[in-house]
Amino acid sequence: MTDGYSEKVMDHFANPRNVGEIKDADGIGKVGNPTCGDVMWIYIKVKDNILEDVKFKTFGCGAAIATSSMITELAKGKTLEEGLKISRGNVAEALDGLPQVKLHCSNLAADGLHAAIKDYLEKTGKKLS
Amino acid sequence: MKQVYMDHSATTATDPAVMEAMLPYFSEKYGNPSSLYTIGRQARRAIEESRQKVADLIGAKKEEIIFTGSGTESDNLAIKGSALRNRTKGDHIITSSIEHHAVLHTCKYLEKNGFKVTYLPVNKEGLIDPVDVAGAITPQTILISIMHANNEIGTIQPIAEVGKIAKEKDIVFHTDAVQTTGKIPVNVDDLGVSMLSISAHKIYGPKGVGALFLRKGTVIEPQMHGGGHERNIRSSTENVPGIVGFGKACEMAKERLPQESNLAALRDSLIKSVLEIKDSYLNGHPIKRLPNNANFRFSYIEGESMILNLDMKGVAASTGSACSSTSLMPSHVLMAIGLRPEEAHGSLRLTLGRENTQEDVDYVLSVLPDIVNKLRMISPLAR
Repeated sequence: MTDGYSEKVMDHFANPRNVGEIKDADGIGKVGNPTCGDVMWIYIKVKDNILEDVKFKTFGCGAAIATSSMITELAKGKTLEEGLKISRGNVAEALDGLPQVKLHCSNLAADGLHAAIKDYLEKTGKKLS
Repeated sequence: MKQVYMDHSATTATDPAVMEAMLPYFSEKYGNPSSLYTIGRQARRAIEESRQKVADLIGAKKEEIIFTGSGTESDNLAIKGSALRNRTKGDHIITSSIEHHAVLHTCKYLEKNGFKVTYLPVNKEGLIDPVDVAGAITPQTILISIMHANNEIGTIQPIAEVGKIAKEKDIVFHTDAVQTTGKIPVNVDDLGVSMLSISAHKIYGPKGVGALFLRKGTVIEPQMHGGGHERNIRSSTENVPGIVGFGKACEMAKERLPQESNLAALRDSLIKSVLEIKDSYLNGHPIKRLPNNANFRFSYIEGESMILNLDMKGVAASTGSACSSTSLMPSHVLMAIGLRPEEAHGSLRLTLGRENTQEDVDYVLSVLPDIVNKLRMISPLAR
């Protein structure tokens, strides 16, 4: 927990990584709600059980954009199993913490990644080992 | 990088002349105004001179000014003080749904303690209807509190009309004039109010000092008990430097009032150009609005992200989005004018002040469209 945004949050907010959609995505995770002010769409491309590419589109505050950006970096190159294990806490930690009020409302990126992986598994009928 | 401050409704820089006036009261004239010796009397005299200056700005009498610690305290004192004083006469309060939290949360507190409160709706431009005020009055109504102008969207309310209704029905009428004082003419007789709240730091004075106009004959219960300062209504050793600064700020505001309306031209140029951005809208009333207030909303993007991006370009502004605060719901004001939450989340408030120039406006216009585009590029809501 921090009082304001860490330098890492501001870096990811100012220069978000992996922005955009993947046209032929293998899975899409849509989380959040415009009423609450945060909507995240996480796109994944999977090859041989590996998250080959991860991109995002986000409507939301600084923390929402920074966590989206961070999750793409954390997830890329990981196996699906590893992706599902990335938690909200991991994302906040990787950003050197988030302000208390943002921990719950804007820290949805891990949920978005999990939803994208589940979407992929449902579409392909694959099961994780 | 160029720095542009466009958040004058949040606070203003203390004017150097105000600071200069305050300084002696920290050091050589530090006496307690209640003390009888020389430096005590000097402080007492300074307070009374300031009281006159504050009174002069709003057309009040010197004896009708009670110094407080803030605009919020003035609102609390007016509402709780009046409600508690008149409890035997009735238990009903009328206010609006777009008041500052200093008024709204005070009313909620009174509701918890047995009072009944009517929160009047506003139209999509943020205006209350005086007919609604008259319609809400019951034999139990003891207080009406309607803000003079809204701090977020800048809409100026028909306070004088409400004042007539209140006078006719002999009901105590309070207005929060924190945003209007020093920006548009504020005269307690023209407005027909019994109480009026003002704050120093919104008019180039110091933080930590406010005042309540309390009309002669209007009686309230003190909310701070102690040594009997401020006519036994607000005990506390007076904030002498703050009060001196407040007086100086009021004196300067009175002199500068004709120039303040010039801000409207700057505001209008800002509004006109910003609205050229696709899917952008003005919140509030097009004409009945504070001369320094512009409040926009941009579809598909979120306010805090705009604020942070503007800050990276040296522009200080604010938003009514929940993501800038501790609550999840966006501003109650933007909801009350009928915006959907996702629309309210995309709001941006720019409030001008004395030092702003056309060059500042041009600078904001040079950076804002790119920020809006950049955020729309990464928004899943934009199509």
